[in-house]
This record gives sequence, C-alpha cells and structure tokens, in this order.
Amino acid sequence: MRFSMLTTGAAALLAVGASAAQAQTTLTIGTVNNSDMIRMQGLTPEFEKAHPDIKLNWVTLEENILRQRVTTDIATGGGQFDVMTIGTYEAPIWAKQEWLKPLDGLGDDYDVDDLIPAIRSALSNDDKLYAAPFYAESVLTLYRKDLFEKAGLTMPEKPTWDFIAEAAEKVTDKEAGVYGICLRGKPGWGENMAFLGNMAREFGANYFDADWKPQFESEGWKKAVTLYVDLMTKYGPPGAASNGFNENLQLFGQGKCGMWMDASVAASFVTDPKQSQVPDQVGFAPAPCGVEGCPNDGFNWLWAWSLAIPNSSQKAEAAQAFIAWATSKEYLELVAEKEGWANVPPGTRTSLYENENYTKAAPFADATLNAIQHADPSPTDDKPYYGLQFAAIPEFQGLGTAVGQQMAAALSGSTTVEQALSQAQAIATREMTRGGYIKN
Amino acid sequence: MATLHTKNAARAMMAPAVIVLLIWMIVPLAMTLYFSTLNYTLYNPFSTPFVGFENYSYFLNDPTFLAALANTLVLVLGVLAITVGGGILIALLLDQDFYGVNIVRLLVIAPFFVMPTVAALVWKNMMMNPVYGVIGQFLQALGIAPIDWMTDVPLLSIVIIVAWQWLPFATLILLTALQSLSMDQKEAAEMDGAGALSIFWYITLPHMSRAITVVILIQTIFLLSIYAEILVTTQGGPGSQSTNITYLVAQQATSYGDIGAASAGGIVAVILANIVAIFLVRLIGKNLDA
Amino acid sequence: MARNVSPGRKIGTTVLAWFVGLVIFFPILWTFLTSFKTELQAISIPPVFVGFDWTLENYQTIQTQSNYLHFMMNSIYLSLGSTALGLIVAVPAAWAMAFSPTKRTKDVLLWMLSTKMLPAVGVLIPVYLMFIRFGLLDSRLGLIVVLFLINLPIIVWMLYTYFKEIPGEILEAARMDGANLRKEITQVLAPMAVPGIASTVLLNVILSWNEAFWTLNLTTSNAAPLTAFIASFSSPQGNFYAKLSAASMLAIAPILIVGWFSQKQLVRGLTFGAVK
Repeated sequence: MRFSMLTTGAAALLAVGASAAQAQTTLTIGTVNNSDMIRMQGLTPEFEKAHPDIKLNWVTLEENILRQRVTTDIATGGGQFDVMTIGTYEAPIWAKQEWLKPLDGLGDDYDVDDLIPAIRSALSNDDKLYAAPFYAESVLTLYRKDLFEKAGLTMPEKPTWDFIAEAAEKVTDKEAGVYGICLRGKPGWGENMAFLGNMAREFGANYFDADWKPQFESEGWKKAVTLYVDLMTKYGPPGAASNGFNENLQLFGQGKCGMWMDASVAASFVTDPKQSQVPDQVGFAPAPCGVEGCPNDGFNWLWAWSLAIPNSSQKAEAAQAFIAWATSKEYLELVAEKEGWANVPPGTRTSLYENENYTKAAPFADATLNAIQHADPSPTDDKPYYGLQFAAIPEFQGLGTAVGQQMAAALSGSTTVEQALSQAQAIATREMTRGGYIKN
Repeated sequence: MATLHTKNAARAMMAPAVIVLLIWMIVPLAMTLYFSTLNYTLYNPFSTPFVGFENYSYFLNDPTFLAALANTLVLVLGVLAITVGGGILIALLLDQDFYGVNIVRLLVIAPFFVMPTVAALVWKNMMMNPVYGVIGQFLQALGIAPIDWMTDVPLLSIVIIVAWQWLPFATLILLTALQSLSMDQKEAAEMDGAGALSIFWYITLPHMSRAITVVILIQTIFLLSIYAEILVTTQGGPGSQSTNITYLVAQQATSYGDIGAASAGGIVAVILANIVAIFLVRLIGKNLDA
Repeated sequence: MARNVSPGRKIGTTVLAWFVGLVIFFPILWTFLTSFKTELQAISIPPVFVGFDWTLENYQTIQTQSNYLHFMMNSIYLSLGSTALGLIVAVPAAWAMAFSPTKRTKDVLLWMLSTKMLPAVGVLIPVYLMFIRFGLLDSRLGLIVVLFLINLPIIVWMLYTYFKEIPGEILEAARMDGANLRKEITQVLAPMAVPGIASTVLLNVILSWNEAFWTLNLTTSNAAPLTAFIASFSSPQGNFYAKLSAASMLAIAPILIVGWFSQKQLVRGLTFGAVK
C-alpha cells in the first residue's frame, strides 16, 4: 500500500519533471555570495522574461565552499553546473586543462572589444575567451579626508610606502578608536596573500623567479613583510590577523580606519550611506610604491569574477545566452535603472567609464579604471607565471594559503618576520619540488 | 534446536547492518588505499602514475604533521576535560531542587541542537570578535583589554566552541546517571556523618563512572574528526596552531587538489583513529561489559 | 530529589542554576536578538540588548535571496529518510545483539562505532566518483543513504543498550503463554521498546539535520538542505551579522523547537547504556 503510493508519487514527479524539461532548459549556476552576484540573482525574472525557454537555478555559496565544490565537480566531470563563477586565477588554469568551453557564441551585439584589455587577456587562452568578466577589481588606497585634514596631511598624487607609514602614525588616535591603517591579515591565498603578494610587488619582488624558485627570502619580501607587520602592530586595529576584506570593510565603514589598501570594489561600499557611516569622507589614491619605479606603478592586483561554462555541461547554448546577458552593456543599464549607476558591477567594460552618468554617480570611477589599466598580469622575463597578487599555477592555491598562515603567525607575533619568511620559503620549495617545477 | 534456530535468526537479523557497514567501510577505503599509491592530482586526473609510498613520506614529512597530531590530542582531551568536568558540576546543580528546573534544562540542552557550522559562525563573529564580539565588549566594560581569540589562542577558541556544543550531551547523560542513584544510599551515608565532598567522592562519582565512560567514548568518536569548526573559524592558523589531522588531510584535497597525498593522509588518520579506538576499548571495555 | 531543603538554599540554587543556564544559552539568545537588528545596529558599540527598533528586514532579504522552504523540506526529507532507513536495518540488528548475544557481540558493536572514526574528507573523492557513476549527485536518495550509513553505528548502539534493559523473562513468560513470534513482538516487546526507539529517532534526526560535510559536498540545489542554505549567508561582502543571525535562526529553529518539545523523550533514551 505504502509502496504503491510511493511509486505513484515518484511517477507523478518524473512526469512533471519530464514535461518541464521538454519546454524549458534549466541552467544551474554556481556563484559566490558577493553583493553584485546577489543583485544578479535578484534580476532573474528579467532574464527569464527575455528568454522564456530558459530557467535559472542558483546555487549561491560562500567563496571557499563554492571554490571547493566547483573544483571537485569540474575535475571529476561531475556535471553539476552549467555556469560557474570563477576568477582570473582559475580561468587560465582551467582553460589549459580543457575544462572550459570557449565562449564563441556570445552574439554579435555583445561587443567583446569593449572589454577592458587587461581583463580580457586575463580570461583568454590562445586568443579565445574562456570566461566572461562580471566585475573586476584592482587595488586602491582608501583614506579618510577628514582625518587627513585634521592631522595636517595631504595625500600625494602618487603615494610611497614611506608616506603611508608617516601618515599611519599621525592619523592613529587609539583613544578615539581610530587606527591609522587597516590591512588584510586573515590567512588565505585570496585573503592576506592577495594583499601581501601585491605589496611585495610594490617592493619589486615576485613569488617565483624565472626558474620557479620561491622568492620569500628576497630583499623585497623582507622589506614588505617587515613594514606590514610593523605598521599593523603599531597602528593597526586589534585582531588584525583575522581581518579579511569584510572585517576591514566593517571597520572602515564605522570610521575606525584612517587608511585601507584593498580591492577597488571596496570603494562603492564605503561611499554607500546605507553601509557606511563615513560615505562623504572617503578619498581615493593610487596604490603606493615601495621602491623607485616599482612594477605596474604599484597596481599589482587584478581580479575579475567571471562566468564560465564547464565542458561537462550539456546546455552550452543556453548557458552562453545567460552569460552574454549577465556581462552585457544592457545588464549594466538594467542595474543602473533599478539600483542607480553607482551600484553597477565595475571594471569590465571601457564604455562604462565613458558614460557620464556613471562617472558622475561614482566618485571612484576614474581611480578604479586607472588602477585596472595599469595592472598587467602577463608573464615577464623575471616572472614566469600569469598573475600579480597570485601565480596562476594549480599549486598556488595550497601553497599560498600555507604561506598566508605563516604571515598571519608573524602578524600575531607568535613568530618573527624572519622565521615566518624562512618557513614560507621552505613550504614553497617543498611544494614546487613536488609539483615538478624545481628539478633536483 | 531452538537455540540454533534463534542463532541463525539472530545472524540474519544482524546481517544487513553488518554488510552495509562493511561495504561502506571497505569500498571507499580500498579506493583510498589505491589512490594513496598514485601521483593523482585534480589538475591532472588522467595521468596517475604509480609512485609507491611517496605520498606517505610526503604527508608524514609535512612539517605540520607532528603539530597537527599534538593539536588533535589537545583538542580531544581539552573538550573531554571541559565537558566531563563541567557536565558533572552542572548535572549536580540540575539535580537540586530549584525554581524553573524545566526551563533551565531547556536552556542547557539547546546548544546540542545547533549545527556545528552555525555554532562556529556565531561564536567567531558575534561572541569572540575582538571589536564587535560580546565577550570583548564585556571585558572592555570591566576594564580588561579584549582578547583576540582566533589569533592569540586559536586552539583554545576551538576547544571552547566545541565544548559548548558537547556540554549538553555530557550533562544530560551524567544527569540521568545521577538521578538513578538511590536516595537511600546517600541518606545512609549522610547518617553516618559523611560530608558532602566525601559523599560525592565515594558514592556519587563511582556511580557515575559508567556514564563518564560512555560520554568519553561517544564524544571521542566525534571529536577526532572535527573539521567544520576549524574551517569556519581559524582555517588551521595562525601558522598551524589550530590544524588537526582531519584538517591537514582536508587541506591536501581541497586546497592543493592532491588526491594522492590526501588519500595517504586519510589512511594515516584511519590508522591513528584505530590506535585510539584500541586504546579506548582497553581503557573502557571492562567498564562497559556489554 | 524530593528532599526538603531550606528556602534560602533553594533560592541560592535557583540563582546559580539560572545563571549557568543563561550563560550557556546566551550565544543563541544573542543570535536571536541580532537577527531583528539592522546591520549597523548589529555591530554598534556598545552593543544594544533589546532597546533597538525591531525589524523583520533580514528575514525578508533572506527569503528573497533563497527559497528557505526548499532547503528546509530537503532537511526534513533527508533526516526522516535516513532515520527510517536506519531503523529498518538497525532494529533487527540491535534486537539480535541484545537477545541472542554471542562472544563477539561487543566486538561487532565496537567495530561498528570505529567506522565512524574514518575521516570523511579522506574518502570524499572515492565517494564523489561513485556518486557520479551511479548518478546520485544532488539526489536526495544518495544523501539519505550516506546519512543512514554514517549514523547507523550510533543507532545500533543506542537501540542495543535500550533493548538490553528489557528483561528476558518477559519474553519467556509470553512464550509460555503460547505467544508466537509475531505476537511476542507486537504485543509484548514493541510497547516496551517504543520509548527507546523514539529517542533514537530523535537523536538520529538531530545528527542528520546538522551533518554538514557530505550534505555540502554531494548536493548542488535539488537535494541541498539547510547546511547549504547557511553556507550562502556566511561572510558575504559587506556587513552581514544581522543577516547571518537571521539565517542561523532559520536553520536551527525547526530542530531546536522539535528538540525542546521532545527533550524528555530524548533524554530518557540518551543514555547509551550509561545507566544500569
């Protein structure tokens, strides 16, 4: 009796599923729970109205969990996703593995040439686009204009780390709960190492040299990490070793930070009165240099959250239609219409920065574009890998996180900078040897 | 005849449970054992040459391996100490007569129902955050500088979070045992002029020993494989100060994509767990005459 | 328990017990309160306790972002399904162990428990590959089977200790009266076993509800339970304490309420043979 009920139920379910499948294609989209993606999810009805034969099924997860899920799935050919949200770290590696479908059917009016060149090249392999950028970021110095004025400081057009150190000291007022500088400390290749990898570049040092030898004991890394630990210990907020992007965003938004160098998307949050208590007091400056003529003018950070189609997807055509929609100019206009121009996903299209509506609404527009245009992640003679704040090789994820743990230990004072860097060097050498980069 | 019949029936009744568990144990274990001898990474899943014991020597030579081993022990023993010690005290308290017994009982049992991930998120963000956390605010109100829990005492923080989750379990089992202690025994002892402490020491505690054994056994099984709480809070750091064996193995798989090393680590963890199991059974077996 | 104690002592105990209870409960209470604050109030310094403008905004935001009911239904399916399957397999096994014990019964029991010590993450890839092979990824059936397997040792153990307390003489007596096996089970033993089974069911439902490793790794959307729901609200960009609190309350409320209402039942059976 119960069994027959079950089978009837199952049959009914199957029947419903089958008839729905005939009429519609359902796309399963894996994405991170960042605000811009959540906004995109909220616009699902708009897409489904334009494409009545496609239904969107969102899987929104926290960044680390999403990354683990999609990596396991794509590497084992699980086929659970039709569209995956990946970054500039994954895109070149996965494209090389032939895990992604090239995006060659985005349509004629997509205007692929409008994509900012640095971003486009970061997501391409052999001139074929493998992931379409949803929003992109580089690094900016955010600072509090009111606090700088009070301390009698003016932010130079092109700050140096020496100036930053001086300013951090002057702005700090711990009695009033104001910390001169807030930086990432939470360990992870995409957390503190994104900042520190970028800072080391500002001191002229890379992760690996031309022979893939790790560089953590080089002069540049020593200077960068020593200054970082010194500044954060003296002028940073308590608990800095567990502060990531979010925690710093909270601190800055509450008026507790004098300066903050981080991803340029932070600019739109701290100027939003709904999320910040100091929306009108934020100034934007370029990333600082630690040495004369530092690479990329200090902008050593490039990241783009992007949409890609795994090879295992059976619904590539519908998936391309979705990606074309989500990364189009029309999508930007749609968001502008609903949420205002300041809230459109930044950093992907040149035309956005030529749009007066946007530049007027977003005081950070020029600074962001300038930063992204300078950040060139291509390999060079002394840097054999793609990427700036990361190295686009599969081993980097694990290695970067392990090194990030050492940096957090140095920041928390449980080891010295020297010890942490030599540990980092040992860890990295061990991994690179195992990965076959360093030949014995 | 009848006993043979029942014996066969008993075997038949046990068979499904034993068989499914055997399959669940052996199939993945065999695959893991096989993978542990291959150079198998997620980034090159089609070329997996045989490498013998290389993965094992790589995993065992990991500089964090010994630290992780020690952390695992501290984590298990620390949580056991807090939950058993605290459990006994709270059970003694709840065994008393007071107003609102039923409501207090509900309050004490509540953490047992909370998802480990939620527990970790709540503690990390709302309780232990040095700036916004309630504990920090409270300490600051008392004029004490807030503690940066996840950085300065990462392992202790995780011990506290996990102990909070398991305290209700220990308390409830110990309370049940306590309530089965006959009044007569206690009263007889009181008549003999024994003080509260000696009653506790010579009568109550021995009576609870079986319950304590059970708490230790069941909790150890869960505590050895703590993962979510670490992932959500410290991610094993700073350095490797809060990495346990499970987390170390997980990192090989999820962060490095190195299935060979993760499998070798998995096998090592299984061997270690079995050593603990044998130890536990020795220690506890006689107390648990089935 | 029913001893006479002086009123003074009773009041002292009351104060102490309530203090301990509230300290233990505080993180949940605080999460509950925070879930009704705005994001800026949630991180205000000094913290506000109840004197804020209560708002349902967070719950609304969460509902528009993800379909809570879908996740909750999956949690219900998974925990009930795996529990049902567990009972079908475990009741006979525990029964046999309790009423026809052999020399090896204890070894079998401890072996079963030891299978729980396998670190799940060590076998993730093998299990994932098997799930692909059998088409079980993101299916409720696949997860029900996995949850059933990981909890089976605990169910068997718990039922076994409970069954053991049923005196064998009752069986004998029933047999003497000419009861056949069926009658023996349905009329004599079942009524005695029900409380034990009930509390086993409760514990297993709780464990399945809260399992976060397999449920996260083996589902995407169709079968995703509340553990996946919470994973989409932990640390997004921007301020999130209030939203996280609301999501946390939504994830734990159903099981907390069920647990509270049935706690007497649960506690009665939650001895694992700890009490003779």
